[in-house]
Amino acid sequence: MKQARQKTPGAAVLTMDAAAIDRALRRIAHEIVERNPQLTHVVLAGIPSRGVEIAQRIANFIHEIEKVSVETGVIDVAMHRDDVGTRSELPIVRESKLPLPLEERTVIVVDDVLYTGRTVRAAMDAISSFGRPARIQLAVLIDRGHRELPIRPDYVGKNLPTSGSEKVQVQLQETDHEPDEVRLEK
Amino acid sequence: MTTRWTRKDLLGLRELSADEINFILETADAFKQVGTREIKKVPALRGKTLVNFFVEPSTRTRTSFELAALRLSADVINLSATSSSLTKGETLKDTARNLEALHADILVLRHSSAGAPQFLANRLKASVINAGDGAHEHPTQALLDLYTIREKRGNIAGLRVAILGDILFSRVARSNIFGLLKLGAHVTLVGPSTLIPREFEKLGVQVSHKIDEVLPNADVVNLLRIQHERQRREYFPGIGEYIRLFGLTKERAKLLKPDCLIMHPGPINRGVEIDSVVADGLHSVILDQVTNGLAVRMAVLYLCGGISA
Repeated sequence: MKQARQKTPGAAVLTMDAAAIDRALRRIAHEIVERNPQLTHVVLAGIPSRGVEIAQRIANFIHEIEKVSVETGVIDVAMHRDDVGTRSELPIVRESKLPLPLEERTVIVVDDVLYTGRTVRAAMDAISSFGRPARIQLAVLIDRGHRELPIRPDYVGKNLPTSGSEKVQVQLQETDHEPDEVRLEK
Repeated sequence: MTTRWTRKDLLGLRELSADEINFILETADAFKQVGTREIKKVPALRGKTLVNFFVEPSTRTRTSFELAALRLSADVINLSATSSSLTKGETLKDTARNLEALHADILVLRHSSAGAPQFLANRLKASVINAGDGAHEHPTQALLDLYTIREKRGNIAGLRVAILGDILFSRVARSNIFGLLKLGAHVTLVGPSTLIPREFEKLGVQVSHKIDEVLPNADVVNLLRIQHERQRREYFPGIGEYIRLFGLTKERAKLLKPDCLIMHPGPINRGVEIDSVVADGLHSVILDQVTNGLAVRMAVLYLCGGISA
């Protein structure tokens, strides 16, 4: 789950810089190529907003590596969450865009941080309302642990052990207008 | 999108900011997409109960709210004036309190008295959505009109919108005027002087009684239904006279710009305010309005009903 970005430089530990993020996403691209011989059947579906950007970057790396253009999409999870009405702030809904039909395709859900797994559950629920993909995989930049559902990622940029009180902050040039960076805030 | 939605009720467009209106329209974009999915239902309001309470008759608005609520997985109860105890002398407040005792989360109210939704919103924990109150406001109709204009023309600011017909009695006109002006459109009201009091100019709109001068410059023509059931004779010489002076006939339609949009909240009186060929013609976006009404109402229910009490 994304947290509101807070600027408290004193308490933040830099976990990944731009070069590290770049290497991690490039490695994920290689792993996706290895595991999916039929790249033309793959859809990289990003969860707004940073997941969408990460999906695009992975697609660019796959194109560099294999010269294949993998399809990308957007999967909104806000209207599929199971906690509407219990949170003080209502999640903003965004338009989903997926190439159709999904049958025969492998949909790779892409997000910045994997935490409880509830967002990913909502994403799988949303995808199934578009059709029945052959398989769904999961790619995340950061896995910070603390799962509350039986969900595990297929592709991980970095495993980051955290405590529940810490916050993982991902910032990307395109979405946050700040240099790429992952910070762990106490 | 930086605005956050903080209202439990939607009572009118007069009290909304331009940012809030745009936020609803952007939220509606996401819900419009849901209508194109194989499974057109999302769990956003699962476990919530919506009561459609229509003290005045309505089919189209009620079914639109009902389908919107069902697509959000809410449970829906429909009540009309005759199926409620209003006819047995129960007051509106007591009826509403009974609904609340059933743990209704959202109350969609259509009422013949202006201010009835406000009255209940102030007294109930449930979200109250105004589905038309007297001659006051009909906010979701105006929102779906704004959504349709924005969808077809990309933007609303700077467009010339003519609202034609029975303005005096029209809550649709009032909500449209508030919404259009906030989003930067130029609004001209056209119709017989008995149905457009000069008072309306104070809102910041222009008033014209000559349709043929307005049509050539209009980017949007929003026709209002002539409400026979409300009309008293002194306002209105006769249908034939009205058609001759203000009807959107196929001859008059030739005055329109090629990309002008013709809108109508329905139900249309073919041959009265609009000719059949015009209602079904290329300019007409009347059925898009119906589709968009669903998306806009889903957005409103999600935003108002999703806020934690």
